Amino acid sequence: MTEQITFAALSIVLVGSALAVVLSKNLFHAVLWLALALTGTAGIFLLLDAEFLAAVQLLLYAGGIITIVVFAIVVTERLIGERLTQTNMRIGGAAFVSVVFLGFIVVVLGRHALPAFRPEMPGDLTRLIGETVLTRYVLPFELLAVLMLVGMLGAIYFARPED
Amino acid sequence: MGLQPYLLLSATVFSIGLFGVMTRRNTIGILLGVELMMNAVNINLVAFSRYTAAASGMIFTVFTICITVTEAALGLAIVILLFRVRRTVMADHLDLLKG
Repeated sequence: MTEQITFAALSIVLVGSALAVVLSKNLFHAVLWLALALTGTAGIFLLLDAEFLAAVQLLLYAGGIITIVVFAIVVTERLIGERLTQTNMRIGGAAFVSVVFLGFIVVVLGRHALPAFRPEMPGDLTRLIGETVLTRYVLPFELLAVLMLVGMLGAIYFARPED
Repeated sequence: MGLQPYLLLSATVFSIGLFGVMTRRNTIGILLGVELMMNAVNINLVAFSRYTAAASGMIFTVFTICITVTEAALGLAIVILLFRVRRTVMADHLDLLKG
């Protein structure tokens, strides 16, 4: 019962803040709403017994991405203000496509039998993640490190001072 | 509680993000929509992983979170570069490749 109530509250927060992200007129407010949405997702992760992922979500997403986006907005601020319209002329079409997409997924989900209860996890989840990352998934893990290094170098190269 | 509510929530957030990507004029706003969609995918991965009692889905979530952070950093660097060259970040003003 507690799980249902928590899930309902987190869903309201998540969907509400997601709507605010795409609808708010001021882009800076949209970023702050995105921070709330990402924190709500961390709550959903906690509800799914994934404490480690909730921590990663808060550190990397809600901490990292929000900071980067705020800096980007500050740097490109000249044309961003409440007086400028932030949406294009295709709101009706975009809403139609989104609703049709959502309806399609709901129909597909309704047709398939999904597990109704959770199996017990074998042991501590964080320990399991750590062991699997360093044994079975060690190659993707190392590739990911290379990817992040290359991405970081690329970002620094793009945003270098003008010469 | 079953798996279905989690999948419905993630589908809803994904659709909202899709709407944001299609309607925002500002390039940074489009990136925010992409972040929302990625977030919905992560919820899906974690929910499936929990309900099949396998850790693989959670490990892939760690990977997607890292890739999303890299993508956001690179995307915003490109936005800053665009602003420097064209003095605008509105997607409908960036029509250099339009025939």
